[in-house]
Amino acid sequence: MRLEYPANVRIVRVPCTGKVDVMLMLRAFQKGADGVYCVGCLEGTCHYNAGNLRCRERVEHVQSMLDEMGMEKERVRMYNLSSGEGPTFAAYAKEMTAYIKEVGPSPLGTAQNKDE
Amino acid sequence: MNDRAATYIEYAQAVPLAYAIDMDACVGCGLCENMCLAGAVAYDDKVRQTDVQVGSIILAPGTKPFDPAGLDHLGYGKFANVVTSDGFERILSAGGPYYGHIMRPLDRAEPKSIAWLQCIGSRDTNQCGNGYCSSVCCMYATKEAMIAKEHIHGDLDAVVFNMDMRTYGKDYEKYFMRARDKEGVRYVKARVHTIDENHETGDLSVRYVDEEGKVCVDEFSMVVLSVGLTIPEDATRLADRLGVELNKYKYAKIDPLAPVETNQPGIYVCGVFQGPKDIPESVTEASAAACLAGADLSAARGTDVETIVLPEQKEVAHQEPRIGVFVCNCGINIGGVVDVPAVQEYAGTLDNVVFTDSNLFTCSQDTQEKIKEMIIEQGLNRVVVASCSPKTHEGMFMETLEACGLNRYLFEMANIRNQNSWIHSKTPDTATEKAKDLVRAAVARARTLKAMEEKRIPVNQKALVVGGGVAGMTAALNLERQGFPVVLLEKTDSLGGLARRLHHTIEGADVQAFVAKLVADVSGAEKIEVLLGAEVVGFGGYQGNFTTEVAVGGDKRSIDHGAIVVATGAVEYEPTEYLFGDDERVITQLDLSDRIAEKGVADVDTVVMIQCVGSRNDEMQECSRICCQNAVKNALAIKEQSPDTQVFVLYRDIRTYGQMEDYYREAREKDVIFIRFKEEEPPIVEKSGDGLVVRVKDHILGQQVAIEADLVTLSAGLRAADTETLCRTMKLNTNLENYFMEAHVKLRPVDMPGAGIFLCGTAHGPKLITETLAQAQAAASRATTFLAKPEIKLSAITAKVDTDHCVKCLTCVRNCPFDVPVFDNNEKLIKIDEAMCHGCGVCACVCPRQTIQLGFYEDDQLISKVDGLLAEKTG
Repeated sequence: MRLEYPANVRIVRVPCTGKVDVMLMLRAFQKGADGVYCVGCLEGTCHYNAGNLRCRERVEHVQSMLDEMGMEKERVRMYNLSSGEGPTFAAYAKEMTAYIKEVGPSPLGTAQNKDE
Repeated sequence: MNDRAATYIEYAQAVPLAYAIDMDACVGCGLCENMCLAGAVAYDDKVRQTDVQVGSIILAPGTKPFDPAGLDHLGYGKFANVVTSDGFERILSAGGPYYGHIMRPLDRAEPKSIAWLQCIGSRDTNQCGNGYCSSVCCMYATKEAMIAKEHIHGDLDAVVFNMDMRTYGKDYEKYFMRARDKEGVRYVKARVHTIDENHETGDLSVRYVDEEGKVCVDEFSMVVLSVGLTIPEDATRLADRLGVELNKYKYAKIDPLAPVETNQPGIYVCGVFQGPKDIPESVTEASAAACLAGADLSAARGTDVETIVLPEQKEVAHQEPRIGVFVCNCGINIGGVVDVPAVQEYAGTLDNVVFTDSNLFTCSQDTQEKIKEMIIEQGLNRVVVASCSPKTHEGMFMETLEACGLNRYLFEMANIRNQNSWIHSKTPDTATEKAKDLVRAAVARARTLKAMEEKRIPVNQKALVVGGGVAGMTAALNLERQGFPVVLLEKTDSLGGLARRLHHTIEGADVQAFVAKLVADVSGAEKIEVLLGAEVVGFGGYQGNFTTEVAVGGDKRSIDHGAIVVATGAVEYEPTEYLFGDDERVITQLDLSDRIAEKGVADVDTVVMIQCVGSRNDEMQECSRICCQNAVKNALAIKEQSPDTQVFVLYRDIRTYGQMEDYYREAREKDVIFIRFKEEEPPIVEKSGDGLVVRVKDHILGQQVAIEADLVTLSAGLRAADTETLCRTMKLNTNLENYFMEAHVKLRPVDMPGAGIFLCGTAHGPKLITETLAQAQAAASRATTFLAKPEIKLSAITAKVDTDHCVKCLTCVRNCPFDVPVFDNNEKLIKIDEAMCHGCGVCACVCPRQTIQLGFYEDDQLISKVDGLLAEKTG
C-alpha cells in the first residue's frame, strides 16, 4: 500500500509477539530507544493461540518498571491489528511517534549517549 | 511503447532470463552471432520438431490484449496520448520506457488528468463482435488509477468511464471503495462516444452522454483504453490441430459442470483460454487441470523423477563470519529513492563484511548465479540481501545459498523497500540513512546466525475433507482418483449443501442431476468414507500427521490423516429489508427459482428483482458475485415460461462478468427492464391495498417510478457458513466476512496458511458452481502434491532445550499453547518434538534459566538486531 509513516520507526521481525520478552524490550531502552511498541494480531486471533496476550502482559510489566524508574510508562505499548490493516499500522506508527515527540527523548538514551 | 532493439530480454524477471531476437525488427546482419564472445547466438537457428510421448495435455495458451487500432472514434494510433492499458502498465513499470515516471508519450509531460475508458474490445457486439465482459479491466483500471495518483505527487484527476463497475472478486469491492472514497478516483457512468485531440496542447477531448442524457465534453491530458482479453490466433490454430472445440468467441467450449475439460478426453484447459478471468482463478484452474491430468496418470506417479542433488553443506560453525551484502535497486522501487551506492559503500565498512554488490533486480536469475559465484569465490559464510520483504523472497534466496553448499539459515534480509523506500519516498535522504541502519542491523544479526538442520517426517496419505457440498464431494472424488483414501465429514445428515437448492446454471446445465450423480459417486467410492452428522470436536498433530476427533451421532472417532480440505460452504443471506418475512410475496432468488421450477410463473404479471440485498452495504461491504447472474438467469427463465410477465431488475451495477454477459444482453433483448439505482437512493417496497408497490428513481427518466409487483425477488447475497467452533478447534483463520483466508490471494488461492491445509468452494468466498468445481479440483490437486510425497521437510525454526542446564521446572510444559514440551519420565528430561513445535517461541521467553532457544530467533540473534538498529553510525 506504500503508506507513509515516520522514518524513526525500526522493525524487528519476530515469529509472534509471544516471542518478545521483557529483556528484549528493556534492551531497546538500554540501547537508546525512546519508545518500544509491539504489534501483534488482534486479540483472540493469535496464530499461536495467545502469544499476543502474553506480550500484552509483558508490556504491562515493563510499563510498571518504567513507572517505578520515573519514566513515562506509555513509552512502551502494545498494539493489535490484523495483517490486512496496513493503514492502522501506519496510524499506530504515527501515534507512537507523536507521543514520543511530546514527551521527548528517553532519559536512559540520553544518559547512555553522554557516557559515550 | 518505445522501439526495442532487435535483441532483447522480455523483462527483467522473465524465465528463462535470456536474450531473444525479435525477427520483426531484425535486419538480418548476423552481427550478434559474430560479436558474442560466449558463442551463444545461433543466428540461423530454425524451428525444430520434437516428438514427446505424453498421457495428458493441458492447454494454457493465454491471452492477447484487444487491439483497438480498428476503432476509429478512439484515435488510438492517431493521437499520441491515447494509450492502451497494457501500454500504461509499461509506463508505470520501473523497467518501462519512462523508468516508472508517469509521462504522456507526446511531450513527456506529467499528465494532470487521465481518463480510463472501460469495455474497449469487451461488451461490444457492434464494433468488434466481442460480446463478452473481459472480467479483469475494472480492477486493473482501478489499480492503475490508484498507482498513477500515487506516482504523481500532487493532484491527478483520475476518471474511470464505465457502464458497470465489476469488482466482484474476493475483497475487490473494498479495493474499489478505497479508490473511490479515499484516493479520490472518480467513476463516471458513461460509454465514451468519441475522442478528439487538441492539436496545440495534445490534450484530448472526451465526448460522452452522462446519466441524465446530457452530452458532455471533458478534456484530459491522457486517455487509457482499458482493452479486453482476446484469444491469440495461434491458440485457435492449436485448438484446431488438436480437435478442441471452441465457442463463438474462440474460448474453449466447456461444460459448466466440467470446467477444465475439453471435448477431447485427456486434453484440459486453464486460464483465459477457458474464459476471461483474473490471476487467482487462472492459478486455481491451472491446479484443477493438473488434478485431472495427473489423475489420468496417477499410476505412473513418481517414475522418471530426477532429484535435485544439493552439494554437501560447508561447515561454518567455527569460522569467523565472512558476510556478503547484496543491495537491490528493485528497478527504481529502491534505487529511485535510496542512494544505493552509498548504502553499498556503507555496508562495506561494517565488521565482517568482506564483499558488497548492488543489482538492478537482486531476485533475477542472473543475480542468483552471481551470488552463488561470490559465495564460492569470496568464501562467504553469511549472506545479507537488502531488498524487499522476506515474506516473498526469503525462500528463494535461501535456495540460492543451499545450491552452493551454504546452509539456508545463514541468510538475512534488510527490508529497504517495503519498510523504507516505499514509505519514505518523499524524503530520500532520510530513506538512505534508514537503509543504512537496516543494513547494519541485518549484518549484526547475520554474524550470529547458525546453520540449522531441517528434520524429515513421514506423511500419512489419507485426506480429511470438511464439508459435504459440491466442493467437498468434488475434492474427495478427485483425491480418490489420485489414489488417496478420504474421510468426508458433513455436519448435516445429507450430502449436497447449497447446491441442492439450485436447479440450473445460467448456461442451462442441470444442477440437480449433477448433484445426485456426485452423491452417488461419493457414496459408491471405495476409498471415500462419508460421515454424516459429523462434527469436529478435537484436533491435533501437524502437517502430514494430523489427528482429528470427530463426534458422529453419540460416538467419538479419532481420524489420522495427512492433509485437510476445508469446504464448509456458504448460505443465502436472510434479508431483513424490503418487507422480507413480513409479506410472503417478497422472496429471495432461491425461492424464485424453486417457484419457477415447481409452480411456474404464468400467473404472475410483474416481478421486480432488487439487487445487492445484504451485499455492498455497511454491514457487508463485499459483492456476493453470484446474484447478478442469478437475477438474469431467473429473469430469462420467467420470460421463457411466460413471455408476457414483466420483469424489472433494480440494480447498482450489473456484474455478469465473463461470457455471462451474453445472457444479460439476451435478457434486455427479451424486454427485461433494468433500472439502475444509487446506493444512497435504494428502492422502497410498500404494501398498497392488496398489492406491492416498488418505488425507485429512474435516472434516465429523471423521475420516481412506481411499479406494481406481484412478486418482489430479493437478490440476497451469500454469507459464510458458521464456522466459529471449527476455526477455534482447528486453528483456522477467516477474514472480516468470515470467509477462510488463503495463503496468498493471487498466487496460492487454494492453500491455507497452515501447511497441509487446503480450501475450496464458497467457504473461500462467493462463487458460481462452475468456479467451485474448478477450485475443488484445485484443492485436490494441491493436497495431492502434498500427500504424494512419502516424507516432508520441516522448518528448523523450532524450540530446542539445553538439557544440561535445564532444571526441569516445567514452566515450558505449562506455558506451551500446543502442549509440545513434555517431561520424559524414562530419561528424566524435558523433550520438545520438533515436528509438533509451531515455532512461536513462548517457551523460550518463559524459561527462567534461558535454556530454551528458538532457532533463527535465539536471544543473541534478536539482541544483535536491536543493538544494530539502535547503534550510532560509525562509517
